[in-house]
Amino acid sequence: MSLLSLDGVTLKFGGVTAVNNLSLSVEEGQVFALVGPNGAGKSTVFNMISRFYRPVTGSITFDGRNLLNHKAHEIANFGIARTFQNIELFEMATVLQNLLVGRHRHRRSSLPEQMFFAGRIRQEEREHRHAVEEVIDFLDLQPYRDTRIAGLPYGVRKVVELARALSTKPRLLLLDEPASGLSVEETQDMRWWIDDIRRQMGITVLMVEHDMGLVSKVCDRVLALADGAKLAEGTPAEVQSHPAVIEAYLGTSAISKTANARGERV
Amino acid sequence: MRFHFKTSYDHDIRLFPDWWNFSLYAALLLVLLGLPWLIDSFYLGEMTNVLIWSVAGLGLMLLTGQTGQVSLGHSAFMALGAYSCVNFMELGLPFLAAFLLAGVFTGIIGGIIAVPALRLHGVYLAIFTLALSILMDDLIVILSPWTGGVNGYFAPEIWIFGIEINRWSAPETWYYLALGTALMVTFFYRNLLRSPLGRSFAAVRDSEISAQAMGVDVARTKTLAFGLSCAFAGLGGALMGLFAGAFNNETFNFLISIQLLMAIIIGGLGFIHGAFLGAIVIAFLPQFLSIVTDQLGSTSIPGLETGVFGMILIAFILFEPMGLYGRWLKIRTWLQLFPFARRDMFRRQKSYLKTERLR
Repeated sequence: MSLLSLDGVTLKFGGVTAVNNLSLSVEEGQVFALVGPNGAGKSTVFNMISRFYRPVTGSITFDGRNLLNHKAHEIANFGIARTFQNIELFEMATVLQNLLVGRHRHRRSSLPEQMFFAGRIRQEEREHRHAVEEVIDFLDLQPYRDTRIAGLPYGVRKVVELARALSTKPRLLLLDEPASGLSVEETQDMRWWIDDIRRQMGITVLMVEHDMGLVSKVCDRVLALADGAKLAEGTPAEVQSHPAVIEAYLGTSAISKTANARGERV
Repeated sequence: MRFHFKTSYDHDIRLFPDWWNFSLYAALLLVLLGLPWLIDSFYLGEMTNVLIWSVAGLGLMLLTGQTGQVSLGHSAFMALGAYSCVNFMELGLPFLAAFLLAGVFTGIIGGIIAVPALRLHGVYLAIFTLALSILMDDLIVILSPWTGGVNGYFAPEIWIFGIEINRWSAPETWYYLALGTALMVTFFYRNLLRSPLGRSFAAVRDSEISAQAMGVDVARTKTLAFGLSCAFAGLGGALMGLFAGAFNNETFNFLISIQLLMAIIIGGLGFIHGAFLGAIVIAFLPQFLSIVTDQLGSTSIPGLETGVFGMILIAFILFEPMGLYGRWLKIRTWLQLFPFARRDMFRRQKSYLKTERLR
C-alpha cells in the first residue's frame, strides 16, 4: 500500500477549479515531484494535504488514515512535515528556537511542569536540543544557530525551513519549491541533501519544483499538472518528453518544433 | 567582549547563561531587597506602584509581546482580580490563598472569554477587548452584592503569616509583597519562554500557518496565552486595588488598559525587561510632570499627562518600535563590538512576502 494517496480530489475556489479530479500515490521511500506551469495547482495540492484547504470531493489517505477527518495541526503528529513556497519562518526567533518549534509534536511535559520548570521538562529539553543538533549538523547550520531569522539571507532561510521540517522527524516531507531563489551551488547542496534525506533518513519526499535539472536528478517519479488536472506521470525522462507537457509549457507550435528537431512527424 | 561558549545543552536551558549574567541579576536583587533602607517611604511607595504595574505589564506582554494578540481589555481582568481577591477574603480565606486563587480564577475566566475573542484578528480583537473593559464598568455596578457597586470596597486588612501588610504604618511590607509577586510572575514567564509552550506562543505570533504545520494547535495556544495573561493581570489588579486602599467601578476604567498597552510598547514588546521599564515610565511620569510644572511655577494643566503620554507613545512607534529595551540592546551591542559596530546592523529588513491569504 502506498504511503500517501490522493483519490479523485477536486478543489474549487468559487467558480475556479484549482484542482480537478486528481489522483496520485506516493510509495514509501520515493522522491516524487509535482511539476507544472504557474497556477497549475501544485501548492494547492500541498495545502490540501496540510489540511489548510478542504477538497470538495475525493479522499486523501496517509498510511491508511483519512487525513480529511483531521485538523491542520494534527497532520504533523502523523509524521508529515512541510516547507513553504514563500518561507514561513518565525522571524523574531533564532534559528535554534525555530527548529525547536519543529520538535513540538514530541513534547510530553504538562503546563505546571513548564511553568515551574520541574519534573520531566529539563531532560526533555535536552533531548529536543540533541535531536535539533543532529539536524543542524546535517545541514551545516552551525554558524547561524543563535542568529535571528530576520537577519538571515534568503538562501539560509530556505535551509532553515528544511531543517525545521526535518526536526519534526517526519515520515513524509513536503517540499514546496526547495530550489527556488537559490544559487547554482545552493541548488547543488539541496540536491545532495534531498538524496541523503531519502537514503540515510529513509524519509519519503513529495516536492514541487520548477527546476527540471534538479527534478530529473533526484526524483523517481514525476507528475505534471496543468490547470489542476494531471497531464502526465512517469519517470522524469518520460514526463519531460511527453507531448502534452511540452505543449503546456511552451505552447502548441513548440511541439512541431521539437518534433522537427527530432526528425519526427506530428 | 565576553564570548558565550556553550559546552552543553544545559547552557541554553539555564536561566542565566553565565556567572557574569547571574551576578548582575543577583546584585540587582540585593539592591531591590535593600531598597527600604536606601530610600524614603514616598519613593518606596512609588517603587511598589512600579512593581504592581510590572506584574500587570508582564501579563499583557505575554499576550501581546509574546503571542502577538492585542488586548485593550486587561483593565477588566485587573478589576476581576481585585474584586475576586476581596470576595475570596470575605469568604474567610487567608490573604495569600485568596490572592493566588484570584489569579487562577481570573485566568480561567480569561481563558473562557478567549475562546470566542481569539477568532478575531488585529484591530477587531482590539475593539472586542476594548468593549470588554467598558462593559466591566457596568457589570461592576450591576453586580453590587459582590462588588459594592459605585460605593466600591475599602481594602480589607491584609495579614501574611502574622505580619500585617500596611501601606501607611509599614510601607516596606507592601513593597516586599509587590516584589515577591513580580519575582514569581517573572519566574513563570521566564520558564514558559524556555519551554515548548513559550516557543509555540512565538510561533503563533510570527506565522500561524507554519505553526499549524508544525503541529501547534493555534486556537488552544492562543487560549492558553490569554488565560495566563489574564491570570497575571488579575494578580496585578488585585495588588493595585488593595494598594489604592479603596476601589470602585471607576478605578479600573479602560484608560488603565491603554496605559498598560503603552507601558509595554514603550518598554519594548516581547522582552521581560520591557514590562519593567515601561512600568517605570508609566508610574514615574506623572510625578515627574508635576515636579516640572511646580518648578515652572504654573498650576496643574488639565490633560497634560495624557498629552505627554500620547506624544511619547507616538515617538516610540515612529523612532524606536523596539522600545526602551530594544534601544538598550543596540547601545550594548555597539559597546561590545566597539569600534566595529556597523550603522545598519539593526536596520529593519523588509520581510519576505507572507502568504496572508492562508492566515
